[in-house]
Amino acid sequence: MKSNRTLYAGVGMLGTIVLAAIFAPLITHFDPTEQDLMHTLSGPTALHWLGTDSLGRDVFTRIIYGARIDLTIGILAVLLPFVIGVFLGLVTGWFGGKFDAFIMRIVDTVIAFPFYVLAIALVFIFGPGVKSIVVAISLVGWVAYCRIVRANVLVAKAQDYVHAAILTGLPTRRILRRHLLPNVVSQAIVFSMSDIVLSILAIVSLGYLGLGVPIPTAEWGSMIQEGQPYILQQWWISTIPGFMVVIVGFSLSLIGDGLVARLER
Amino acid sequence: MSYLTYVGKRLLQLLPVLFGISLFVFTLVHLIPGDPADVLLGQNATPERVKVINHELGIDRPIWIQYLHFVWNAFHFSLGTSFDNKQPVAQLIAGRLPATLMLLSGGVLLSLVIALPLAILAASKRGALRDQMVRAIPIIGLGMPQVWVGIMLILFFGLRFRIFPVSGFGDTFPEHLRSIFLPSLCIAILLSPILIRSLRASMLEILDSDFILTARSKGISQTRITFIHVLRNAIIASVTVLGVNIAYLVGSTVIVERVFVIPGSGSLMIDAISRRDYPIVQGVTLFFAVIVVLVNLITDLVHAALDPRVVLK
Repeated sequence: MKSNRTLYAGVGMLGTIVLAAIFAPLITHFDPTEQDLMHTLSGPTALHWLGTDSLGRDVFTRIIYGARIDLTIGILAVLLPFVIGVFLGLVTGWFGGKFDAFIMRIVDTVIAFPFYVLAIALVFIFGPGVKSIVVAISLVGWVAYCRIVRANVLVAKAQDYVHAAILTGLPTRRILRRHLLPNVVSQAIVFSMSDIVLSILAIVSLGYLGLGVPIPTAEWGSMIQEGQPYILQQWWISTIPGFMVVIVGFSLSLIGDGLVARLER
Repeated sequence: MSYLTYVGKRLLQLLPVLFGISLFVFTLVHLIPGDPADVLLGQNATPERVKVINHELGIDRPIWIQYLHFVWNAFHFSLGTSFDNKQPVAQLIAGRLPATLMLLSGGVLLSLVIALPLAILAASKRGALRDQMVRAIPIIGLGMPQVWVGIMLILFFGLRFRIFPVSGFGDTFPEHLRSIFLPSLCIAILLSPILIRSLRASMLEILDSDFILTARSKGISQTRITFIHVLRNAIIASVTVLGVNIAYLVGSTVIVERVFVIPGSGSLMIDAISRRDYPIVQGVTLFFAVIVVLVNLITDLVHAALDPRVVLK
């Protein structure tokens, strides 16, 4: 019962932000990139709910449109590593041997690089932009799923239901897909919730460093960076985009915790 | 297995990882579209000049010779020279190292000061209100963007109360210490949620173990058990947790250095990116990866020396 409450609270919070992002044009009639140099850095008014930034753009509008970019890339950047990581984890855990040893050395290598250093270096190679971010996060992200699933497969391999499946003569592909996968994937799904948070944090950090989504697209990280010089007078320009990330992170944590409690039952 | 065998085995495991790192960092520059010579020469690029530069950089030689050359040089701390000011990259990194190291150690110290008491508090009464409150910290803390935490600290401490400088590194050692406080606190705020989560778990495990039961049955007071028996083991646990998270820690310093305008090795890398100074980007990436590998090695060896059960496994 309590786990359901956690889950629903998380889904409710995230759902509100997602709906606002989808229906952004209905909520606000401003354009997120339209400048109004006559009305820069204005405080909150009835027209501009959260004021305007240094180029006269509506901050509230940019936050909602920013949710579109940050959430979309955040989720996109987790999908690919999830699929690759789960697949490799299944295969290495099940077959072991030389292929397993080879993949594990790659895993060790990727882990040795600090995530942000690697992401920055990769974005440097591919040039700033959405595609580079997704590729950079994917190249690093699969490792975690691979390790989680591999560890679970190693445990599951010794269990009776797997022995039974082998003894009945089922083809290996069927055992992996129908019997093993459903049992080992749940922990990876739970992890993917916090992984989305990590990838949003990476997008925001890269945006702040000027290596993320190119300006003038509304994105939370570049908004934080653009607001920093005005932090004393118009503190909300930098503060609120960051606060949005915290709320998204919080709701995904709640969803993750709720899922754990559900799966453990 | 003896401790020495363990050390040997652990060192042997290092080789493929170092090979992988060197291969990746070497490939890094070769993946970039366009010639480094074009960046160096800009509009002055003529085919002859490009040829000369390529020869100087060794790019006209076979790729595997270039790789061997790269590894050989890296072993001699020679990481090439900056395109921008022609200084050796290794020297540039070394010059930026004190700031980064101070930031790292300050961050680790402060995060232990925050995380250890909270973890002890939470674990001392499982499921109580204080436990639940401490457990909520990671849920909120792990979703905070590094840059945002930094800016909030600047806003509240630096500008509202004007206690600490909000950017720069100062010129003298006391100034360094004062300037490094807020960035270190920023790192501590980012790191302590992770520490709290793992420390609370290992603390609960320690409290459940037999030697604590023995201590209790001998009539030792709860305070003494917490501070003598549990704390000692908790510090060993912290070392391991910190070792595991060293990569995350180093990555965060890169961003925190940027927010607080600290002239560390991370800033060096980010500045080099906008100037397309390949050798610096390559050098810093290699440097950070090797640091992470070495710290992991040291943590494992120290852990094994402190806890013989690790070697037996």
